[in-house]
Amino acid sequence: MLMTRWDPRSIWSELNRMHEEMERLLSGNGWRGFEFGVGFPALNVWKDDNNLYVEAELPGFELSDLEIVVTGDRQLSIKGERKQPEIKNGTWHRQERYYGSFSRMIELPESVDPDKVTAELKLGVLTVTLPKREEAKPRRIEVKAC
Amino acid sequence: MAETLVKREQPEVAQVERTRSGVTYSPRFDIFETDDELLLFGDLPGVAPENLDVRFENDMLTIYGRVEPRHAQDECVYGEYGIGDFYRSFTIGEAIDTGRITAELKNGVLTVHLPKTEAVKPRRIEVKAG
Repeated sequence: MLMTRWDPRSIWSELNRMHEEMERLLSGNGWRGFEFGVGFPALNVWKDDNNLYVEAELPGFELSDLEIVVTGDRQLSIKGERKQPEIKNGTWHRQERYYGSFSRMIELPESVDPDKVTAELKLGVLTVTLPKREEAKPRRIEVKAC
Repeated sequence: MAETLVKREQPEVAQVERTRSGVTYSPRFDIFETDDELLLFGDLPGVAPENLDVRFENDMLTIYGRVEPRHAQDECVYGEYGIGDFYRSFTIGEAIDTGRITAELKNGVLTVHLPKTEAVKPRRIEVKAG
């Protein structure tokens, strides 16, 4: 899946996101989605010259709820669990948010140094920063005038 | 009957026109009702407390969260979701004690407490033996 290369900023319409969301939900336990579908969480991957950045929206999680593992230098897996708040004596009118445990693994587009991977969870957004291996970094070739 | 108490006003795609360009998403919400209050939990990842606007006006609860762009300078290699602001509004059919509404945002989850007015709280009627 990672082979596809496109710019979501130009192509991603709202409709697209909804469609993808539906597909992910349907692949799980139905649209009410009390449990995470197989494609949860949705991931975005960016890169610059030095790093790959894998991002996921994980509201309500703490870093301690997550297990982030890099296998070899090309595979990243994220596991976690979100528990439903225990409140009693009432009625649920809507339950649109996901609960339960999830596990997701992706193939990275470039080799990274597993020892230098860092993760940050801020405002419910997880960012995993994966420094590229030296050989994967782009090199500027000096062109000499002769 | 309960389902009509809280009715979603907006379709999946927020229709409100904003001065800010970019896509606006409809955040997911859970709504729980007790005898004393309506309790809303919303997923608003990427919204800082200072960029969140929660209003209750004319029986309408409106939530607007501004999301700062992330990785705008980096090259996107793979994308499964878009990043944009969050907007959603609900018509609340219950009488709410507006002075006591509270809201908190933690780890991207918004919790709103809408306390019911005394008048609409269910009362247990004492039945006397005659």
